[in-house]
Amino acid sequence: MDFLREFRDSSTVKGILKEIEKPSDTPLNIMEICGSHTHTIMRFGLDELLRGHINFIHGPGCPVCVMPKERIDHAIVLSRQEDIILATVGDMIRVPGSKGSLITERVKGGDIRIVYSPMDVLYIARDNPDKIVVYFAIGFETTTPATAVVMEGCIREEIKNILFHVNHVLVPPPIDAIMASGDVVIDAFIAPGHVSVITGAGVYRPIVEKYRTPMVICGFEPLDVLLGIWMILRQFREQRCEVEIQYKRAVRPEGNLKAQGLINRYLQLRESFRWRGIGDIPLSGMKIKDEFAHLDAEVIFKDLLPCELIDDHRLCKCGEILKGRLKPIDCSVFGTACTPQNPMGACMVSAEGACQAYYKYKQLPNYEH
Amino acid sequence: MCIAVPSKIIEINNSLATVDVYGARKEISLLLLPEEAKIGDYVLVHAGFAIQKVDEAAARDALNLLQELSEKMEEVNG
Repeated sequence: MDFLREFRDSSTVKGILKEIEKPSDTPLNIMEICGSHTHTIMRFGLDELLRGHINFIHGPGCPVCVMPKERIDHAIVLSRQEDIILATVGDMIRVPGSKGSLITERVKGGDIRIVYSPMDVLYIARDNPDKIVVYFAIGFETTTPATAVVMEGCIREEIKNILFHVNHVLVPPPIDAIMASGDVVIDAFIAPGHVSVITGAGVYRPIVEKYRTPMVICGFEPLDVLLGIWMILRQFREQRCEVEIQYKRAVRPEGNLKAQGLINRYLQLRESFRWRGIGDIPLSGMKIKDEFAHLDAEVIFKDLLPCELIDDHRLCKCGEILKGRLKPIDCSVFGTACTPQNPMGACMVSAEGACQAYYKYKQLPNYEH
Repeated sequence: MCIAVPSKIIEINNSLATVDVYGARKEISLLLLPEEAKIGDYVLVHAGFAIQKVDEAAARDALNLLQELSEKMEEVNG
């Protein structure tokens, strides 16, 4: 079976569109939390297809986008140390910190490696026994267990030259923070499919019950998203308010218990983590458990790492976009001073950022492709 | 970042597997997979790890529901 093509069939799209396009006075405000959903919506033009019926509000589900500048500065400081190789995932190296990005450090001679999988960190460490590899780990719940596996590998095989700078974050806390702020009206949520593969559906229940917002966990093909919207509408019609799973081919209600076990073995919640644009959110990020502090780059290099908090450029609207208050096109530097080639803000850097999705897929008259 | 691609297992070697991803072959880890996998299974691969088996029956159910909705609308619209 082809899991992509069948979920992109255009004749089926037409059928379900008619089912969604029921006349209503005002469009329904649906936040798609995950950046990959934003891309599906923009790439396949679902926002245009459903104009007047559904207003998509783009959420904070892009781990690169929500990383505040001071964390990037940590990575830069570490990469400048002699005998350190800094390893991280692709998009992260282009995000600007307070002064330049990891890519500018690499041009200056810093040994900065891009890894596709956290497992690659083990190979880099094996090939460079006289260096310390610092893995700058980012990502939501989907990615966190992979970091935990590498930690387990380090402990089991007594690998001494890998340290971790952990920036893993959780999906539910920022959603709660956005809803609690009351700044944005959100009627329902499309919840992230691959985060939920790990966490299961239960983690969203408190939000759904507190704010009475239906939520459907969706897959990433256009028909997944459309079917998810249809399920949201069905909840409204039947006056239900629940967490439902559309993406049943991947998401089990309880999640991936093996992955959850690994996370809980090596990582714990931080008291608070600062999110770009949203600010400090209690219990929204993870760190290495105290008993494994010997693997924690933040503990080992504590005296080197700056603690100053750094705000975004005053013209950059990433913060407001991440909160769902503005759309990328509301930003004065979008597509002009801020482009994927020369990004000012993280939402333009990441392949999952809302600004890059708009830049790539929206045919806007006032900028060039 | 949270992208995961359905990939078919073509070889298993302890905790590692070779998968076919739309024609490309890749080595992945099975350490995060909650259930045992066998050759021919589809798994979702994220950052080099299989994170879940893809349930083909559930995929069929979703496609069937879409088909039903589609047909229902055709009937309504005559």
